[in-house]
Amino acid sequence: MKRVVITGAGTINALGHDVDSTLEAMREGRCGIRQLEFRDVERLAVQIGAQVKGFSPDTLFNRQQMSLYDRFTQFTLIAAREAIAQSGLEFSGNMAARSGVILGNSGGGMTTLDENYRSVYEEGKNRVHPFVVPKLMNNAAASHVSMEFNLKGPSFTVASACASSNHAMAQAFQMVHGGASPVMITGGSESMLCFGGVKAWEGLRVMSKDACRPFSANRNGMVQGEGAGIFVFEEYEHAKARGATILAEVAGFAMSSDAADIVMPSKQGAARAIKGALDDAKINADQVGYINAHGTGTAANDKTECAAVADVFGTHADRLMISSTKSMHGHLIGGTGAVELLACIMALRDGIIAPTIGYQEPDPECALDVVPNEAREARVDVALSNAFAFGGLNAVLALKRAP
Amino acid sequence: MDIQNKVIEIVAEQAVLEPSDVTLESTLESLGIDSLGLVESIFSIEEAFDISVPFNANEPDKSEFDISTVASIIKGIEGLIADQKA
Repeated sequence: MKRVVITGAGTINALGHDVDSTLEAMREGRCGIRQLEFRDVERLAVQIGAQVKGFSPDTLFNRQQMSLYDRFTQFTLIAAREAIAQSGLEFSGNMAARSGVILGNSGGGMTTLDENYRSVYEEGKNRVHPFVVPKLMNNAAASHVSMEFNLKGPSFTVASACASSNHAMAQAFQMVHGGASPVMITGGSESMLCFGGVKAWEGLRVMSKDACRPFSANRNGMVQGEGAGIFVFEEYEHAKARGATILAEVAGFAMSSDAADIVMPSKQGAARAIKGALDDAKINADQVGYINAHGTGTAANDKTECAAVADVFGTHADRLMISSTKSMHGHLIGGTGAVELLACIMALRDGIIAPTIGYQEPDPECALDVVPNEAREARVDVALSNAFAFGGLNAVLALKRAP
Repeated sequence: MDIQNKVIEIVAEQAVLEPSDVTLESTLESLGIDSLGLVESIFSIEEAFDISVPFNANEPDKSEFDISTVASIIKGIEGLIADQKA
């Protein structure tokens, strides 16, 4: 089996419009959650979110592209350009034929859907723009990445709600690990911050109206974010032969299904995915130094996740660090695991652990080292990234420091 | 509208029981209504009485709206309707 390394990373999210500014914000424990700004926001009960601000897509894309790119596709392309530029790869010939793009996404072009429903239902129009369908389809982002970079190998989109990106990256890992592809572009994106998107979430009554405070006893729910995280997964010998800079190694993964409840998480399902990722990567539990938690800031997730970590790691659970960066960049739903993988790379490569900000009161049911409020320096050999989705679909990735 | 009968009707429908099986002392839990069922019941109550019920599933105990029994729910609705008229 081939070893798989990361040779490029890109992002745009509420913390920054690229990887450097995002990691700087994570190091400083900055919060990207603000008052939401979009049409009809005053009709929402929840009006905060980690929105990408200061973003002018019309300076980055031409008129034809703008008519085809929903916001989630725009985010994806911006992040993909950064990641692929960093990798230094160009795709042609046999290499292009075997390299593909697998992305995670949950809502698709929700802004496009929202705007066009408004137009036909509220405004009574009987005509919509001809590109509504190619703009809103969940695979639009993956397809546009394939077109812009000439990726002709296995390409598709994975939807598993909040675990979409981790499932996608696990698939991309498998493509490279198994030898089918020398390089895969992977990660995910989401853009649900529009009236209909937030209104739907409001209904579940799990959203916070003031802040995302994972693991804190006074947490009161999740806060949505938006953006993209894109990575270049490359076969190790291929990367080494061309002298590429390696950000981290993807050592393994596991997926599991709770087969229990459509929204409530299960400790057993989460624990099976965490344990499975360690086994797949042939890592001992006591080698893990950092876990980027799913850590949504809901009552249910955080205590279940901590219990699962305690079960898998035993006494080592008290020695490892686990933080939720959602406190800063919000919950990017189908794109969240991708942006969170950046925190794992920062831990492994830079020895800096991103904090859980907004932490105010210890919760006995979340009694782990959650790296409260301030980033920390530590040497980390192995990091895990957890994602546990609505629907009970779990995916955990295991990363090692670059070889 | 008779608030009590309407609440019992909503709760009974949610629990898949006859209204006669629901008493003022019943708790939603005793009727077999889980957390999803609770959120759905609150939605039905908001729609039926055209009110907005303050309820966050992450901190059900902190809500001013007491959901411990059918009687407390009725009391909460009466309060919200009175507030709305005030």
